[in-house]
Amino acid sequence: MTDLWLIFTVLALAVATVVTRCFFFIFDRALPFPRWADRGLRYAPIAALSAVIIPEILVKHGALITNWQDARIYAAAVGAAFYFWRRGQGQAVLGTIVLGMAVYLPLRIGLGW
Amino acid sequence: MFFDPANYKHPSFREGMRDMYPVAPGIWAWGLMTGVAMVQSGLSVEVAAAMTVLVYAGSSQLAATPMIAAGAPFWVVLATAFCVNLRFVVFSIHLRPYLMHWPRWQRLCVGYMTADLSYVMFVKRFPHPAQDRAGQRAELAYLSGNTFLNWVGWQIASLVGVFTASQIPGSWGLGFAGVLALVGVICSLSDTPMRRIAAGVSGAAAVAAVALPLKLNIVVGIAAAVAICLLLERTGLNDKASKA
Repeated sequence: MTDLWLIFTVLALAVATVVTRCFFFIFDRALPFPRWADRGLRYAPIAALSAVIIPEILVKHGALITNWQDARIYAAAVGAAFYFWRRGQGQAVLGTIVLGMAVYLPLRIGLGW
Repeated sequence: MFFDPANYKHPSFREGMRDMYPVAPGIWAWGLMTGVAMVQSGLSVEVAAAMTVLVYAGSSQLAATPMIAAGAPFWVVLATAFCVNLRFVVFSIHLRPYLMHWPRWQRLCVGYMTADLSYVMFVKRFPHPAQDRAGQRAELAYLSGNTFLNWVGWQIASLVGVFTASQIPGSWGLGFAGVLALVGVICSLSDTPMRRIAAGVSGAAAVAAVALPLKLNIVVGIAAAVAICLLLERTGLNDKASKA
């Protein structure tokens, strides 16, 4: 019974993924689309990523961090700096990940930040 | 969809995959730690593996697993997943004009596979929906290739995480590689002053609203950034004016 229940829950969560990701193109019905919405959506990609990521870097235990001993700040800063230095030369994003982790892991595992 | 020859034989399919390569290590690390976290928060290996393969939405999996493990009521788990996924509803408005001319089952397949990064890369590569059939096919092929690589990488890494959870300490924080991948992508998107403002406003609002339940701070961040940027556009401080 519990197993069946779990399977049902997992299936429902999969349906939730489909419904949210496809929400406005599931049905063929026409959708009125005001011009301001069209313009506003140009900012949605970067705004969404920023809203996901900035709290992952600056929030700890549900509040803005208050001390500087946090590996995440330095890793993100070094990674972003590398990106802007190498911009347009290919693999800049890959470098952001590798260099950022090279800063993050020693600070976190070594110093416990 | 990646399994349709009209898509995977199209040159745009490879282009979509190519755009995903540089962030792939971040996706692997993130997928791995999501798999580890699901098992460590009390889910059995079988259920965690089923979640990975079927649900395919890291943030909603991570939100739902502790609730399932604690025996929360079904509708609470479902409502949580829905709220955590609300940003995808915003993305779906944006994707609609690119996809509406395809049959519904194709829209649902490709939409299901379109996570954050694929959406961002797709609308960056195709700022305006194509008006002709060839252009529309190129768009669908690109999105299929891009989402396919994301899906394969995530699934393999996440399943490895599920099956090796006891050997990987969560304290290493390997998942931070996923955050760094998004930092890189944000940098690549911030090529105009208005977009940089959008990133700043959204991040600040999401931090300010971090106490909201169900990751609703993400939607607050998006709404704040869009509203403020539209207001700034009306005052004349738009991308064209600032470039001139």
